[in-house]
Amino acid sequence: MNSAKRFEIFRMFFSIVIALLVSFVLIFLVSKQPVEAIVTLITGPFKSKRNLANVVESMIPLIFTGTGVCIMFSANQINLAGEGAFHLGGLVASVCALQLGLPAGVSPVVALCLAALAGALFTAIPAFLKIKTSSSELVSSLMLNYLSLWFCTFILMHYICDPQVGAASFKLPAESELITLLSGTRIHLGLFIALAVAVFGYVFLYKTRMGYELRLTGENENFAKYSGVNIVKVILVSQLVGGMIAGLGGGVEILSPIYNRFSWTSLLGYGWDAIIICTLAKKNPIYTPLAALFLAYLRTGASIMSRSTDVTLEIVQITQGVIILLAVAEQFLSKTKHKMIAREAKASLKEEEAA
Amino acid sequence: MWNSLLTPEFYNSILRATTPILFATLASGVAAKSGICNMALEGILLFSALFGVIFSSVTHSFLLGILLTMVVGGCIGLFMAFFILNMKTDEILAAIAINLIATGGTVLLLLAFSGDRGSSTSITNVSAPVLVIPFIQDIPFIGKILSGQNVLTYLALIMVVVMHLFIYKTPLGLKIRAVGENKNAAESVGISSRKIQYISLVLSGVLCSLGGYFLSGGYMNMFTKDMSAGKGFIALAASSMGGDTPIGGFLVSMLFGAAQAFANMMQLTTIPVELIQMIPYLTTLIGLAIFSYIVMKRKAKLSGK
Repeated sequence: MNSAKRFEIFRMFFSIVIALLVSFVLIFLVSKQPVEAIVTLITGPFKSKRNLANVVESMIPLIFTGTGVCIMFSANQINLAGEGAFHLGGLVASVCALQLGLPAGVSPVVALCLAALAGALFTAIPAFLKIKTSSSELVSSLMLNYLSLWFCTFILMHYICDPQVGAASFKLPAESELITLLSGTRIHLGLFIALAVAVFGYVFLYKTRMGYELRLTGENENFAKYSGVNIVKVILVSQLVGGMIAGLGGGVEILSPIYNRFSWTSLLGYGWDAIIICTLAKKNPIYTPLAALFLAYLRTGASIMSRSTDVTLEIVQITQGVIILLAVAEQFLSKTKHKMIAREAKASLKEEEAA
Repeated sequence: MWNSLLTPEFYNSILRATTPILFATLASGVAAKSGICNMALEGILLFSALFGVIFSSVTHSFLLGILLTMVVGGCIGLFMAFFILNMKTDEILAAIAINLIATGGTVLLLLAFSGDRGSSTSITNVSAPVLVIPFIQDIPFIGKILSGQNVLTYLALIMVVVMHLFIYKTPLGLKIRAVGENKNAAESVGISSRKIQYISLVLSGVLCSLGGYFLSGGYMNMFTKDMSAGKGFIALAASSMGGDTPIGGFLVSMLFGAAQAFANMMQLTTIPVELIQMIPYLTTLIGLAIFSYIVMKRKAKLSGK
């Protein structure tokens, strides 16, 4: 491992530490029982089997959207429609499970395929608009997220709503539920799908011709163009694949044992979480499970903390924000980087002299 | 229902709905003119909506409240500028981080300040006053539209002219445009691009905070969680469609304000509310596509000749 890479890891670690410190200071400022809150935040996830299982459960959707965003951002397309694709994927999977009446085994497969397809088509809209009208994919994807939210809420309230419950769909049939892996927890088959998706993302981006062209376009679009890369195709494929994964994630989440009805009436924020996952994983999907584990751990801790103390769950968003700010700040710790490289250079010089 | 489209009340409500978007659009414009895409407007709107409520309730004064809120907006702009310009953080990622911090931070702050969760029900804030303009209010039809608006609505309209003059008629405005147009060229004639971009981002934050204050002390009379609801993003679209100019941005944000006002009015009909909620975002999306297409064609034509 060279010193630049080692430094990246060091900086990432340091950003996380600082972000946690900032959160602790905030907890001290707002809470009447700060020590208790911080201890719960850190040790809470280990307190019981259920809490530990919660960490793994909440990791699953993060791996999906994280991998999706890694692929979209690798092509340097700042498409934030992963959020809406996830939501839409959840709706499509629920509608399929409710309306098609397929037998167990077939039902989740069909529902997930259609959810993935919906997600892919959804995130392709900003890419399509960019290619055809040169409108910024950033802005159009932001608008699309709200459209996805209200469209899904419309379908929920007018077509699949269970009048006895209110703002939730009819109970999703047992045939469509993903199998639980560990009895006594809600860890489900989705975990394997998520890990497979992360590996697929890695292979796609780093081991295929298409993935290479995609990353090349992301690094330098003009260079890629003059090297004969079909930019339009690269942009479309990257957004289709990214959205497909996000949509699949939404489907997996809603068919998991965690939900028994479709009840999402506000955006869940997994699309934004995906950006921090992508930042921590340095756009490499193979690291998304690790990044997702970290975030899920933090989330679970915060959720236990908000239940047992007076600090709210929202503190995590601040921690996430600070991590993003520092982890991508090129100048952050740049002096240390300089020292590290200089030290290494000196060491290698000495070696040469000795030889 | 269509008859109500012809009433002065409808046009009055367009101006009301436009106000927060217009402030944010002007904010986006000044940042964009200096070459930075300020996606943190969403977060700044949210933060200043909360601080507007807090400051005005602490000081019992509209004027002090809004001044302090503007300081907060400027500070967020400064914070963002520090990370983008000194720490070399990607501007989009920095903005996403600020928006995240705003979503969580406002809830946390509100809870710490008042013990309220989600909305500031226990805080009595001072809203921006409504102005009735003599003479103008007596003009039939137009009087009912133009008079009796919130003082911040008038300020927003004035700011369109002020920002236009600032950007196109002052030396600083020229420098901002020069830096945005070509950073290296500006540097070569002795303009410190970093200083100029700092100024633009702080100004952007201050302008946007006025829109935030209006959200919680004008448009509504309290702060609610996530009340910016994508208005900062809509402003981003409005500004880029208006060529990042104050006048262009004003015209486009009027269009989006009209879409919002239309959506508000449609809620009285039997059309499903979810579909109505889509109107402002759909208008923005379609508008953005059409405008970008026109600009693209025009550019192609120019380079073809």
